[in-house]
Amino acid sequence: MTRMLLNGNHAAAHGVRLAHPKVVPVYPITPQTPILEKISEFQLQGLMDADLMTMESEHSAMAACITASLTGVRVFTATASQGLMLMHEMLHYASGAQAPIVMFNVNRTIGSPWGFWPDQTDSLSQRDTGWIQLYSESAQESLDTVLQAYRVAEKVLLPVMVMHEAFYVSHALEVVDIPEQEIADAYLPPFNPPHRLDPEIGESWGNVVDQDMYYRHRETLGKSMEAALETVVEADRRWQELTGRGYGITESYRCDGAELIIVTMGSMVGTAREAVDQLRNQGVPAGLLKIKLFRPFPLDQVRQILAGVPKVMVLDRNFAPGTGGFLHHELKSALYGLADGPAMHGYLAGVGGTNVSSDKIAGLAREAMDQDPAARSVWKG
Amino acid sequence: MINVALQIAEEKIFCSGHHACPGCNEALAFRYIMNTLGKDTIAVVPPSCGAIISGPQPLSSMRIPVYQTTLEASAASAAGIKRALKAQGKDHVQVVAIAGDGGTYDIGFQALSSAAERNEDIIYICMDNEGYMNTGAQKSSSTPYLAYTTSTPGGKPTAKKNVAEIMAAHRIPYMATATTGYLDDLANKVRKAKEIKGMRFIVILVPCLDGWGVADNEGAKVSRLAVQTGFFPLYEVENGTKYTLNHGSEGIPVAAYINRQKRFRHLAPEQVESIQQRVDADWEIFKTKFNS
Repeated sequence: MTRMLLNGNHAAAHGVRLAHPKVVPVYPITPQTPILEKISEFQLQGLMDADLMTMESEHSAMAACITASLTGVRVFTATASQGLMLMHEMLHYASGAQAPIVMFNVNRTIGSPWGFWPDQTDSLSQRDTGWIQLYSESAQESLDTVLQAYRVAEKVLLPVMVMHEAFYVSHALEVVDIPEQEIADAYLPPFNPPHRLDPEIGESWGNVVDQDMYYRHRETLGKSMEAALETVVEADRRWQELTGRGYGITESYRCDGAELIIVTMGSMVGTAREAVDQLRNQGVPAGLLKIKLFRPFPLDQVRQILAGVPKVMVLDRNFAPGTGGFLHHELKSALYGLADGPAMHGYLAGVGGTNVSSDKIAGLAREAMDQDPAARSVWKG
Repeated sequence: MINVALQIAEEKIFCSGHHACPGCNEALAFRYIMNTLGKDTIAVVPPSCGAIISGPQPLSSMRIPVYQTTLEASAASAAGIKRALKAQGKDHVQVVAIAGDGGTYDIGFQALSSAAERNEDIIYICMDNEGYMNTGAQKSSSTPYLAYTTSTPGGKPTAKKNVAEIMAAHRIPYMATATTGYLDDLANKVRKAKEIKGMRFIVILVPCLDGWGVADNEGAKVSRLAVQTGFFPLYEVENGTKYTLNHGSEGIPVAAYINRQKRFRHLAPEQVESIQQRVDADWEIFKTKFNS
């Protein structure tokens, strides 16, 4: 094991290096670019034997990821914001083809207007494209999650998107433990899919199907997604056995006896942890639920954790006009029909990258405890 | 009756029973291309008549793997396959993208230009029937000047994009034009492309019987007239500089080509004359490339 001071993007790139993808189509976009730069450096130094494809767009990068994956090699790409938006068509194509691609997306605001700020709307608006989605809060978690993502993708044959937020995680320096190659190799078996594009096999991909075949295809895709949840749990458990680091698909922090539980994802989890400590020190019974796995959504786990809790406060650093916060929306749906379900406040906090301090979160929690929740998400700065 | 001197080794890589229209020239081109490339080939086909011809699941007219991609992604998809094959030590397998003119001149051009710039080791074939024929004959940027399509019912007011010259300007190892009326020339070009490494591009003029309004038995005849009137010269460009003319104008007036197609029947005589003038002017500029 090596201990280094790394930013989130470089930590993610080390995760990719340890996974040894063979084909890496790339296209630059702020704030993702340091990932591809670091991978290019690794390749030049002979630390990776990946074939880098310098594409003309994210759309083509994803198109090449899909076919290289279907031809039977491990692939990687990274993007953010507009790049992910441009890929949208190919995101559906990737999951439809059941291509086990791993992609890193650095969460950044979507134009118009232009911005470069932490905001999860880019990836959350792709929640229905059939990709597994994992949200990381730190550089270390990003490195570890990239390796877990490959293990999951190649077991369930679904693409996986790993996220951390612009600058707060992507460019902030943290101490990161980098596992040895032997650990990664023991964790990730070689990728040798039995079905692939190969003249000796003769199988084709993507041809026109009739209605019944399409129906069954979507049903199969749904089953892969359902199976993914247990696979993510297993991948995390195995990684913990090897490295001592595990994250779970959700994390409950000081939830025992909590009368209000804050639910959030990504970099805000760290800030909310501090807010919970602050509130507990002042005798306020608050807890925190971190959602790491957003697709497939850990519905049963969330229902179990939040059953009997009087209040939930959801913090969304994202916004869907007409819907509100994505996580708020998701939780309302997940908890529907739960007999002793919580009253739920949905707060839009940090949209567009505005600063949300631990003091601010503690203040919002106190306010939420005294008020009845609105049905819709509320703007809280 | 056209005498095809060259015989292809019929390995039945492209099979009968496919879904092309009766008399389809594109199916004819598929037969010559696939049998020339051979069984160690993977094809990439975007939405197009080619996607219909290559067959719905679980049927296939081709005895090789076919990956059906999205309309704009053919070149990037083909490049991804080839890079993965190389990584696996299977460099002997050819990857061919076969797209229509809409998927090449229009929506797929960005990915194509980039693949050419990277000199990807793929063969890209454009089946050019001068419009979106699979969706019922709409205009593409390949549609010729004044031709009727359902989206240019008054005739297209602008010229056909010259994709051959644009691709040659990328200085790729091999660029060629071909057409179904000259099958020996077409097969020779595919064979030549197969022996070259790097980006190879062949644009094949494919008369669309339905979209152009051509009689079922006249596809090859119209194809030959496109060449003989100077509308579509057959030539090759190696490395962007070495030009070779295979078949050019034989001095036949363009009216002989135009009059056999319903898409031009709305034209007044002076409009036909204006097309003749454009073809003549293009040739004066173009012929200088072969003299150097």
